[in-house]
Amino acid sequence: MHITGHLASGPGFVPPSTTDFKLPSIFGHSDYATKPVVLVFFSVIVISLFFILASRKAAVVPSKLQFAGESIYSFVRKDLGEEIIGAGFLAYVPFLFTLFVFVLVNNLFGIIPLIQFPTMSHVSFPYVLAIFTFVIFHAVGIKRQGVVKYLKGIAFLPGVPKFAYILLTPIEIATYFLIRPVTLSLRLFANMFAGHLLLLVFIGGGNYMLHDTHLFMKILSPFSFGFGIVMTFFEFMVQCLQAYIITLLSALFIAGALVEEH
Amino acid sequence: MEAAAANPLVPNIAEIVVGLIAFSLLYIVLRSRVVPMFEKAFTARTEAIEGGIAKAEKAQLDAQAALASYNAQLADARGEAQVIREEARVQGANIIEELRAKAQEEATRITAAAHASIEAERQQAIASLRHEVGTLATELASKIVGEALDDQVRQSGIVDRFLNDLEQSKK
Repeated sequence: MHITGHLASGPGFVPPSTTDFKLPSIFGHSDYATKPVVLVFFSVIVISLFFILASRKAAVVPSKLQFAGESIYSFVRKDLGEEIIGAGFLAYVPFLFTLFVFVLVNNLFGIIPLIQFPTMSHVSFPYVLAIFTFVIFHAVGIKRQGVVKYLKGIAFLPGVPKFAYILLTPIEIATYFLIRPVTLSLRLFANMFAGHLLLLVFIGGGNYMLHDTHLFMKILSPFSFGFGIVMTFFEFMVQCLQAYIITLLSALFIAGALVEEH
Repeated sequence: MEAAAANPLVPNIAEIVVGLIAFSLLYIVLRSRVVPMFEKAFTARTEAIEGGIAKAEKAQLDAQAALASYNAQLADARGEAQVIREEARVQGANIIEELRAKAQEEATRITAAAHASIEAERQQAIASLRHEVGTLATELASKIVGEALDDQVRQSGIVDRFLNDLEQSKK
């Protein structure tokens, strides 16, 4: 929608830019009424409704709906919880499950017709998720090992020659308190941002070519649209993968905090 | 607007707040309403499977016990049948033996009776013959001698003596 407006303004093809991610408020000028904000709340409602309906009966022999919900839940529970965290994993399953479905649905918004905007391409949301993971895995480590022991374990890696601490200590501290949360959020953000940009380029480009005065450009425009469709499938894969990766890394961080010697 | 959107890494306060609220909300809902139900279903399923296995094992044990009991009963019945057959055989043999003895006895009895009857008839025949022969002889003698031998006592004495002599000479 915003692309056509964009194209009309300039004489030649204006490639999509970061401006395309700045959406106007749906009503008024409040930052709380923008499309991503609405989409995030919409995702919460959709996910809650789906899983409440799917889990309501908790039948031994599941219905199709229950089976669908259960499959997603047991995937997170087993592949991301049990196999990575190990003993005591059940306490962290609700968080990992929430993280996975929240990111997955918000990512899929990027290719769902009429919605077509990945909320995670707004960096604030991945930041929030990274904050949650950051707080949880440090809290787990402190609770399990005590503040001093936990921080000492991070700063002074056991079983390493003393002189190596000159190099290792700053790296380890940076890893735990800066690199992990930043990479966790930026990875998700950048993937969604770039993916959306890519779709804008091909769909917008096709649109521009179709409306061009040259017949040659008109004839070539389906290729751009076609590539846009191919990229949509590719995006679907990336969106699922990123939801998996952020959950996997969060589980790994929690698992690392639970193990005393890491 | 253009300037504000230029750096996509700068967070938006409103979106941070919304993200925190939305994620927390979703976490609360999933944790309180969804996860316990799925866990309940998993537990129920595990129990159902384990219960099924236990039930099947019990059924198998029951079946084995029943089979053993039937086999034992069958063996008992076979033994009993053997005993009954043996008894029947012995009894049958006894009965045959008894019947044979009885028949033998009967045959002996009949033979004896026949012998007695024959003997009696013979005695009778001898008596009757002796009487007839005496009468005939007497008649013949009286005709020859020409005198009536009326005296019964004398007459019979003579005949008897004659016949005894006859019998003795035959021997």
